[in-house]
Order: sequence, then structure tokens, then C-alpha cells
Amino acid sequence: MKRLLSSTLFFAVLLLAWHFLVLAKIWSPVLLPDPGSVWEYLKTVTVDGTLFQATAVTLRRLLTGYLIGVILGIPIGLLTARFQLMEDTVGVLALGLQTLPSVCWVPLAMLWFGQTEGAMLFVVVMGTLWSVIISTDNGVRNVPPIYARAARTMGARQFYTWTRVILPASLPFVVSGMKQGWAFAWRSLMAAEIFVTILTGFGLGQLLHFGRELNAMDQVIGIMFAIVLIGLLADKIFFSPVEHFLHRRWGTGRK
Amino acid sequence: MSLQEELRSVPPAKLFIDRVTKDFPVRGGKVRALDEITLQINEGDFVCLVGPSGCGKSTLLSIIAGLEKPDAGETLMDGKPVTRPGRDRMVMFQESALFPWLDVMDNVLFGLRFKPNLTARDRREVAQFYLRLVGLEEFAHANVHELSGGMKQRAALARALAPNPRVLLMDEPFAALDALTREQLYGDIQRIWAERKKTIVFVTHNVREAVCLGNRVVLFSPHPGRVREEFSVDLPHPRDINSVELAGHASRITRALRGYVDAPGTELGAE
Repeated sequence: MKRLLSSTLFFAVLLLAWHFLVLAKIWSPVLLPDPGSVWEYLKTVTVDGTLFQATAVTLRRLLTGYLIGVILGIPIGLLTARFQLMEDTVGVLALGLQTLPSVCWVPLAMLWFGQTEGAMLFVVVMGTLWSVIISTDNGVRNVPPIYARAARTMGARQFYTWTRVILPASLPFVVSGMKQGWAFAWRSLMAAEIFVTILTGFGLGQLLHFGRELNAMDQVIGIMFAIVLIGLLADKIFFSPVEHFLHRRWGTGRK
Repeated sequence: MSLQEELRSVPPAKLFIDRVTKDFPVRGGKVRALDEITLQINEGDFVCLVGPSGCGKSTLLSIIAGLEKPDAGETLMDGKPVTRPGRDRMVMFQESALFPWLDVMDNVLFGLRFKPNLTARDRREVAQFYLRLVGLEEFAHANVHELSGGMKQRAALARALAPNPRVLLMDEPFAALDALTREQLYGDIQRIWAERKKTIVFVTHNVREAVCLGNRVVLFSPHPGRVREEFSVDLPHPRDINSVELAGHASRITRALRGYVDAPGTELGAE
């Protein structure tokens, strides 16, 4: 309760400071709109459905690409950890491409796929995949060998040991890789949407882009709020409970 | 197979370790961990393998478990050669090796998943039975990290017993515990050995522990690992590790062990 209060107070002070900065007229209102007008903008786009539509488009792209990245990444990570040949080939590739900021995939995606959903998907998958591979691989290598030995004495065969022992044992690593992959995918999708207008659907990034074109600062800031909110919600709804579960089971982290 | 049959004690197995030799690669060559070990272990024996670190006793245990292959020789269980791990020979490790992503109950259930002809409900009953046997029925749904060291080893014991093995292989299972907890577990393991009729091979470097538990104590010496001498301990069970007769046996064996271990700095636990 006390923590909620201090958070609320902090943001109220921020908003007030913003409001007074506008009142002080240091910058033109075109560059720094009042919090009230941003609020008005958000209300309008919520009522006419634009915001939800754009959010839906963006989330659909993000989730599709993200799921593909995770579903491909985990088995590939298991394979690179298991087989020397995979480690020396795909493992090295993943390590290299993971250092590439995921935004850098946007120009290539444009040329390969044109202004299509395919380009968006590609960028998101590339943002997710490499982190998931690296962290799964890393997680597997950190599993104490005694777990696999114990499983074998209990009659578990290779495949079962991998899916029911090695994979769950490396979950803390896998989840942190998934979280990183999510962050990378989210950032690169926004970049792609801002750079590229595609006609099959306008996402949040495109609304942000139009805001700039129209010099509508209330729109730019309003959409930025929406983007931040989605990021926070994803963390609270999906990652926090999973991390909480892991901490409780493994007995790690804060109480 | 019905639940009742599953819970019945199975007859223990006999083991014959026939000239088992194992080398480990080291930089620029190899080192002989086990040198033609031959050992007959009878049904229901409680055999303690004692020796300083490096004498290969844990390696021998892994070979009996089927986790490692010998370079020469073989292990026979009831006349059949051991080629891979099996639920008829369960292992308890020095660290509990419990799976932290499962609670205590699911850990015990893990080894039962592969048992045919048991319903999910039967499995839970079997698991419950063994948790009761080790005194952990209250902690079935605890997370592994919430257990104390002694409780972890009890849970590991329940997990090892649950598939109803005929041989129990224990690799210094109490080495990391404090003395008081260890003494409780000495009592438990003796009771369970009597109740469940297992052949137990128990590796330790602690002579008193060996005398307290085993009816046979086999001395190993290192570099290369060899069987040196064997003692039978005919004190009645349950034994108290602090008793005078036991101390007498222990000091006799410790003296013998000293004779075989002349290398300076060799670790010798005769606590």
C-alpha cells in the first residue's frame, strides 16, 4: 500500500512538472503539448477504435513472430548444446547474429520481402530467435550432470531425459532468454513499423510515424504511452508470474 | 501388477564383480582407477566400500549402476551382465540430486513413471508409502530448497526406494550432513534395510560409518584402486555409532587401512 502510494505520488509529481513546463511557455506547444491534450487524443482514438485496432495489428505481428522464434529457438538451442557439430556451426552463427542489434534486420527485410507482413514477421523472428538459442544452449550447459545421471538410473531414456530433465533444469536460463528475445522483438517491430508503411494494417509504430508527419505531438506522445503500457503489461502478465514461479521453486531471488 | 504386489519387498539380488578394470585419461596418458577388482556380494548384504579419495570406490559404484562401462571385466547381477542403468539398481548420490523444478512428491514419482501396469493413483500411493517410510509424508508438497540437508537425503532415499530396486547403491550419501543428522539417518537406513530387504553397496571414507552400517567392510587402496582386505562385522543391528564394541571394530579396520595407505597427505576419515 505504501509502495503504491509512493509510486502514484511520483508520477503525479512528474505530470504536474510537465504541466507547469507547458504553462511556462519555454517551448512552443507544438513541440511540447499539455498532458491534457495528450489525454484528449488518447480518449478520441480509444473511442473511435483506432488505438485498439493498431494495438491488435502490432500485437498480432509481435506474438506470431515471437512464438515462431521461441518454438524454433528452444530446440535449436538444445541441439547446439548437445552436438559438437551444431555448436560449431549454428551455435557460432547465433552468437554472431545475436550481437547484431535487431533493428539492423529492417533494411534487409524490406529488400527481401518488400512492404509486406512477411517483412514484419521476419524482423520479429530474427529479434527473438538468436537470444532464445543462446540462452537455451547456455542453460543446458549449466545443468549439473548429476541430474541426467540420476534420471538415467531411474530408467529415463535419452529423449525423455532431454525433455523432462535437461529442459526443465535449464528453465531459468531459457526464460531469461525469452524475456530478452521479447524485448529485442518488440524494439525491432517498432522500428520496422515506423520505417515502413504497409497497407495490410497500421500498427502502433505507424501511428507514431503519422504523428510525426502531421506534427501532431499529442499523438506522438500518446502512442508512446500506449507502447510503454503494452511493454509493462507483457512483463506483469506473462513474465512476472513465470519468474515468480521459478524463484519459488528454485529458492532464488527475493522473497 | 497390482499396488499390493508393487509395495511388497522384492528379493534382493546378488552381485558379482568380475575383474573390473577402469582407466581414466589424464594429460599425457591414463591413470588406473580400478585394477582388476573382484568382489562377491550376496543377496541382502550390506557392503561398505571404504578407502581414501582416489581409490576408485565411487567409480566402482557407477559401474555397478551401469552409468559407466569398465575397460575390462564385468559386473553380473544374478548372473546377468550389467550393461546399462536399470531400476533394479537405484543410486543415491552424495548431493541429493533431487530435481529443483519438482516438489518432493513429484521427485519420488519421477522414477515410477516408467513402471508399467500402475495407474496414476497407484503411483501416488507408492510414492506416499515411501515418503512415510522415510518420515517425510508431511513434506510431500515442499519445494526441494525448503528442505534441510538431512531431509533432502531422506527424499532422495525415498526416490531411490520407490521403484522397488533389488540393489541400493549409495555414494557417500551422508558425507555433507552434520553429525547429529547423520546419526538419525544411520538409524533409518538400518531400519529400512531390515524392513525392505535390499542388497546395499555403500561407499564411504568414514570407517566408523562403515562399521555402524555394514555387515561387510571392504578396504580399498588408491593408485591404482585395489581391494585390500575384507572384514565382516557381526554386531547385531540396529547399531549405535557411539558404542564401545563398534569403536573396537573401527580402530582395527583403521589400523589395517593405515597400513595400505602410505602416501603422505592421503585423506583418511576415521572420525
